[in-house]
Amino acid sequence: MFGLEIWIAGVMLISLIIYMLTGGADFGGGIWDLFATGKRAKSQRDLITHALAPIWEANHVWLIVIIVMLFAAFPVAFATIGTALHIPLTLMLFGIVLRGTAFVFRTYDDQSETTHLRWSRVFAIASIITPIMLGVTLGAVASGTIHVNVETGHVDTDFISSWLTPFPFAIGFFTLALCGLIAAVYLTLETDDPELQEDFRMRALIGAFSVGLMAGISFLLSAEGAPSIRRGLGNSVWSIPFHILTGTVSILAILAIWRRQFHLARVLVPIQVVLIILGWGFAQYPYLVSPNLTFSNTAAPNSVLRPILIIVVIGVIILVPAFWYLYAVFKGKSRPDTVPEK
Amino acid sequence: MADLLAARAQMAMSLAFHIIFASVGIAMPLLMVIAEGMWLRTNDDTYLTLAKRWSKGTAIMFAVGAVSGTVLSFELGLLWPTFMAHAGRIIGMPFSLEGLAFFIEAIFLGIYLYGWERVPKKVHWLAGVMVLLGGMMSGIFVVTANAWMNTPTGFTYINGNFTNIDPVAAMLNPSSFSQCLHMTIAAFLAVGFAVAGIHAYFLRQNPNSSFHRKAFAIALSVGAAFSILQPISGDISAKKVAKHQPVKLAAMEAQWETERGAPLRIGGIPNEEDEVTRYAIEIPKALSFLAHFDFNAEIKGLKEFPPEDRPPVAIVHYAFQIMVACGMIMIVAGLLGGWLAWRRKGIPVDRWYLRFVTCCAPLGFIAIEAGWTVTEVGRQPWVIYNYMRTADAVTPMPNLVVPFIGFTILYIFLSIIVVILMRRQIFQE
Repeated sequence: MFGLEIWIAGVMLISLIIYMLTGGADFGGGIWDLFATGKRAKSQRDLITHALAPIWEANHVWLIVIIVMLFAAFPVAFATIGTALHIPLTLMLFGIVLRGTAFVFRTYDDQSETTHLRWSRVFAIASIITPIMLGVTLGAVASGTIHVNVETGHVDTDFISSWLTPFPFAIGFFTLALCGLIAAVYLTLETDDPELQEDFRMRALIGAFSVGLMAGISFLLSAEGAPSIRRGLGNSVWSIPFHILTGTVSILAILAIWRRQFHLARVLVPIQVVLIILGWGFAQYPYLVSPNLTFSNTAAPNSVLRPILIIVVIGVIILVPAFWYLYAVFKGKSRPDTVPEK
Repeated sequence: MADLLAARAQMAMSLAFHIIFASVGIAMPLLMVIAEGMWLRTNDDTYLTLAKRWSKGTAIMFAVGAVSGTVLSFELGLLWPTFMAHAGRIIGMPFSLEGLAFFIEAIFLGIYLYGWERVPKKVHWLAGVMVLLGGMMSGIFVVTANAWMNTPTGFTYINGNFTNIDPVAAMLNPSSFSQCLHMTIAAFLAVGFAVAGIHAYFLRQNPNSSFHRKAFAIALSVGAAFSILQPISGDISAKKVAKHQPVKLAAMEAQWETERGAPLRIGGIPNEEDEVTRYAIEIPKALSFLAHFDFNAEIKGLKEFPPEDRPPVAIVHYAFQIMVACGMIMIVAGLLGGWLAWRRKGIPVDRWYLRFVTCCAPLGFIAIEAGWTVTEVGRQPWVIYNYMRTADAVTPMPNLVVPFIGFTILYIFLSIIVVILMRRQIFQE
């Protein structure tokens, strides 16, 4: 029914959703590491470390999957984004490198308070820069300011003006808020200590309100910052019921956090994130990099797309049980010490 | 600094940095799996301690490898968008497979590093095997993509466009097998000798340490075994280069004239202005024989190619010499180790031999860096050999020197930290 490129685009969107729900939570862990406060600051940091350590590297691979699919299936779009958004992507890479390395260095460096705290700071700040820059990139791609000649591949850009505007940064902070919310909600269930749980409940509420706030700001800015997205969000047949659904789930999620129904929140918040990203995906369709590049006019030929989809199917068959096992081992009920011995 | 030069420098620096950690990520799991397997068989807890100690060092190296690899996958588009706009779809398939292999590696590494107390012993060992397989496969798929840049196949080239794309044929290009074989062996060889060298150092100070004896035995066996395999794969690689990239072979050997019965040069200083190579020790007819299995085969010289199509000769020639020299020393160390072990009927812990192996510790990594210099610089001025020039692939982005300096400072900083942390891991007792 759809062309193969739409299937690939769907796989990329699903990968992005999973990356937000898993890798995004890891970045959110970094945010709450920076804002660890009060007399339980150390316990908060330790909890975050325990939660991340065994899984962050596997979660990180989703980003690589997205980028590889982008350049394999939509090479001109990849080249265009790499050219026009060189600066935010480079900043994001710095964030990725420092986040990952600071996290392991902190585990294996000498365990004096000052060294530990210094690596914590690097880890936390990098965890904040990375999702902001990821969001800025996605916002700029949606903004309709990156013009490219489809025939020649020539990108008309000054390398700055397509991303250094309010709308991409609104999306950047929107992404950051989502990461914070997801992480805090997960962390409420990573501990049996009611006081720690309460700490992360507070943080989940802050995250939820920030998400709401940034969603509103982004929507307002989209009128000027991303008109085609705004049209997609506002005028389609599906859009109004979809917004109502997203809004309802978001409010129910806040209620669940408020009423300490953490298991319920643990289900509702991911649904909220899925709906937000799907809504954006649908609004952007059929543009990959608006206004010139659509999924169809940048797609590689079917001889390329078919083997990639076959690899995806094989990947699902292998990876679903592997991931299930990873999470079952480390995210199950009883959770003794997961920090390696020094 | 010109933007093209800055882009090339950033890419080269990123690769040179990543390749160390990637190699460790490929090969250390083999050592860990052997040690843990010995523990399961013998119930000797020294082996368990060993596997755990090795796994900690690997955790640090793996994380740096994972993030520096991510940088590279983005840099393909950040620095070489025109290359990716054309080649992305052709080499997308090995990269997609690499993503899958990397997932397997990362998932099971999490289980391996943090699951000692949480999964059954045999499952834990199997997780190590999965990390090993995932790491090897991911390395192989990435090298396949690089092989395509050297010997591009699987498309029809019409008016500057790549059409009729067959990604499977592209993946199975003529260089894939030889390059993958050579690189995979190189990773095990380098890591085997590096680890053996470290434990040899401690054995000299503490000859009775059962821990270091066992570690040395495992690492040296791996290093020695692969050191003997490497010349075979090197020979296969050289014959492929001779056939498909004659100009690269000419640069490797600093061979200016086309001649029959060409000599193999050891050392020598190529002069690119006068187009001669001076002061080399020449072994008559050996190059012809090694490249084509015929003492009188014709070898194309650099003069056969217009200057704008030649790679920088001196760099390629020196890098090749360095790689071969390092390889030779490791072969000697490997053979000597085997002979001593046979004579002594045990682990060769002669003090002079331990010192020799300690000195060999960095050689494998030097050889890897030099070998990649041969492959990459030797392909210049092309990014896709004979189809697209590197200069035509670079991004129009100005001031590329800025990200180059930024990444250089970042990687120097990380290197220093890694060295400090690894020293602490190694010297902790």
